[in-house]
Amino acid sequence: MNLSRLVRRESFASFISSFMSILVGLAVGFIILLISNPAQALDGFRAILIGGFVDMKNLGQVFYFATPIIMTGLSVGFAYKTGLFNIGASGQFIIGAFAAVYVGVKWTFLPGGAHWLTALAAAMAAGALWGLIPGMLKAFCNVNEVIACIMMNYIGMYFTNFMVTRTIFDSLKNESQRVARTAVLPKAGLDNIFKVGTSSSSVNIGIFIAIFAGIVMYIILNNTKFGFELKACGYNSNASKYAGINEKRNIILSMMIAGALAGLGGALLYLAGAGKGIEVVDVLAAEGFNGIPVALLGLNNPIGIIMSGIFIAYLNIGGFNMQLYDFVPQVIEIIIAVIIYFSAFALLLKDILSSVGKKYRGRKQQESKPGDTAPKGGQ
Amino acid sequence: MDYVIEMLNITKEFPGIIANEDVTLQLKKGEIHALLGENGAGKSTLMSILFGMYRPEKGMIKKNGQEVKIHDPNDANRLGIGMVHQHFKLVHNFTVLENIILGIETTRNGFLEMRKAREKVMELSRRYGLMVDPDAIVEDITVGMQQRTEILKMLYRENEILIFDEPTAVLTPQEIDELMKIMKGLAAEGKSIIFITHKLNEIKTAADRCTVLRKGKCIGTVAVGETSVEELSEMMVGRKVSLIVSKEEARPGQVIFRTDGLTVKNKDTGKHVVNNVSIDVRAGEIVCIAGIDGNGQSELVYALTGIFHPDSGTIESNGKDITRAPIRERNIKVMGHIPEDRHKYGLVLDFNLAYNLVLQSYFTPRFTRNGFLKYDEIYQYADELIEKYDIRGGQGARTLIRSMSGGNQQKAIVAREIDRGNGLLIAVQPTRGLDVGAIEYIHKKLISERDEGKGVLMVSLELDEVMNLSDRILVIYEGEIVASLNPKEITLQELGLYMSGSKRKLEEEEKT
Repeated sequence: MNLSRLVRRESFASFISSFMSILVGLAVGFIILLISNPAQALDGFRAILIGGFVDMKNLGQVFYFATPIIMTGLSVGFAYKTGLFNIGASGQFIIGAFAAVYVGVKWTFLPGGAHWLTALAAAMAAGALWGLIPGMLKAFCNVNEVIACIMMNYIGMYFTNFMVTRTIFDSLKNESQRVARTAVLPKAGLDNIFKVGTSSSSVNIGIFIAIFAGIVMYIILNNTKFGFELKACGYNSNASKYAGINEKRNIILSMMIAGALAGLGGALLYLAGAGKGIEVVDVLAAEGFNGIPVALLGLNNPIGIIMSGIFIAYLNIGGFNMQLYDFVPQVIEIIIAVIIYFSAFALLLKDILSSVGKKYRGRKQQESKPGDTAPKGGQ
Repeated sequence: MDYVIEMLNITKEFPGIIANEDVTLQLKKGEIHALLGENGAGKSTLMSILFGMYRPEKGMIKKNGQEVKIHDPNDANRLGIGMVHQHFKLVHNFTVLENIILGIETTRNGFLEMRKAREKVMELSRRYGLMVDPDAIVEDITVGMQQRTEILKMLYRENEILIFDEPTAVLTPQEIDELMKIMKGLAAEGKSIIFITHKLNEIKTAADRCTVLRKGKCIGTVAVGETSVEELSEMMVGRKVSLIVSKEEARPGQVIFRTDGLTVKNKDTGKHVVNNVSIDVRAGEIVCIAGIDGNGQSELVYALTGIFHPDSGTIESNGKDITRAPIRERNIKVMGHIPEDRHKYGLVLDFNLAYNLVLQSYFTPRFTRNGFLKYDEIYQYADELIEKYDIRGGQGARTLIRSMSGGNQQKAIVAREIDRGNGLLIAVQPTRGLDVGAIEYIHKKLISERDEGKGVLMVSLELDEVMNLSDRILVIYEGEIVASLNPKEITLQELGLYMSGSKRKLEEEEKT
């Protein structure tokens, strides 16, 4: 079919541009490695490149780290399709995490499977609420969502700190208490696949949930009436209004869904059973902001976001392994940031690629044109 | 004869199309030279070459008989070539004066030296009758004034060759007259003007000679005084076009749509932008609201289509009150609506043609089942409309709307709005920015809709269009309907008087 061919060509260009961005990022990262520690640069670079593939446990860890940033990436990407920039994924993420951990610690009356499911639902509801507020402010008072979201990030962080210390505090570790065993996400046998010896990876069904969320988002955006409306509002809110689409409702719903996705990400991280609790520190959750490069690198396409989330997690794992080669953590962070930074040029590169493609095709046409012997003008 | 600028045998190719093929244009000193052609005929490309934005594959440019190379707009500027672009290149939060001197500021010790610049601008403004306030902020002034600012920019740079790219597309009739006067004044002072347009009557009023392009080819250069409008249009389109659409006598039926005492207040000033407007539209007639731009037409249409609710008054469709009905209900049951700005209100440019064709109806059971879009149905429907309304796009229903020509975009809207099958069609400036062929098409469609017993309410700024199409003219002035006229009984001049508010005539409203 004509359409599928078109879609394939379009997505092919997207893929190539993302891929080339990554290559450029890696090249620049390598240069920084050379500068900071020439002797170990090659080994360090190899550590990044093969990062997740050294053994099954590392590969598992890639998926484990990918899960939350896929979710926040989806959150940012989904809002973006409606023309909104959800910079509030951080607040939605942490508030979702708190809701999940609270349910996980306190609601022990829930039986096995229902417990973690309820915790996930609570996280989504809390995240949705954190998206709802900027959404309503945008829809009804025309408050720029970026401002509102940034404020909600701080409110979310301090509120979580406050609530954790009040309700589920473990004062020895200065973080939230462990969730009940029934609230921990099932491993579904993944721990038996992704392990080295007896040491298993923290990977769990969270990665499946994240991938599932991405697929659902893809279907919503591409196949449903709702997605049609969201995209129409995102591309041209005036025309959508003229077409009778309830733009305000769509802004609010879009922000709520984005919030729910980020909130779910928070739950998936803190219910993983990896011994991670919500720390009471005055730092915004980095996973929320990492969603932005993930979404950009994935060109806001759900499937692309899943890929880019896994890729960035892969780099992180590679970064850990670099410590073997005497790279200080700061340099590793810089290198990863540089790679992500350049990778985010994917969109720019896509434009350049397509224009170069056009020119090339144009030149070919001219050359193959018979009888065109006259000197070209304007040289 | 000496030419100030000659573009000889210019050929410019873009991948897939030849935008200009062997085009020659010769500009005399002190003349107004029109460049006529339909959208996509290659006018803008040719001018972009002259202005240094593209380089031609073949051909040469001569100034005063000397061959010159123009590599970029700075070269063009040095040669005294200036251009007023269709979309003005002004900094909106700067003053007029700041915009004029932008890029060639005079400074003393690193500080701006505005006094001399101001004197020069004022002198130019007086000399050419441009009447601009140098201290006004650009975003506060009218479009006509912004255009005069652009003209001053060129004059300030002492350009001798002035290019106007579709200068009248954004102007009101009065401003157009004003512009024509200014252009003639400039020519009389020895400036040479290239005037890009596809409006024939403007060429007749202003231009001395005219070069016609069609599909990238130069059809010829004619003296405007010796050529009739019909001949020009035939040169442009390549076939005979009827500039006046023939139509039968209207056979109006019963009233299908009426407003009563409709009033809209401006939220900030409290001024009545739409003031006590009572209209009725009957089946089988074209009612036209004529008026100078900015007299409340847009707000009236917003109230009718439901973008916002009127402050008082009622709107009725077939006896049912729809004053506060949501937009969607109106779209589905009451009206088709061709909005004034098709890019802003009519289309989602990043959607393909098919999506745009179902923009108002995608949620109906025909196109949606259980919340999922039925792609097969949507594309099948789009193909039907494309066939029926002759909409042309590179990839059929899958063409991105953004890549289609203005005429075809408008056809898509017309197709969508007519095909929904509502009894009322509200058409706001339906032919704005379209070429002759597309205008003819739209006019014919509106008349055939009327003949099929639909009521058409048209809002137009083009007086010719108003006179040709309408069965009844309502004149709007400062938000009020000040006259109800029969187009057969009045002249264009009279209509102009009503539009400027110097005459009123409402007695006949009951009778007609």
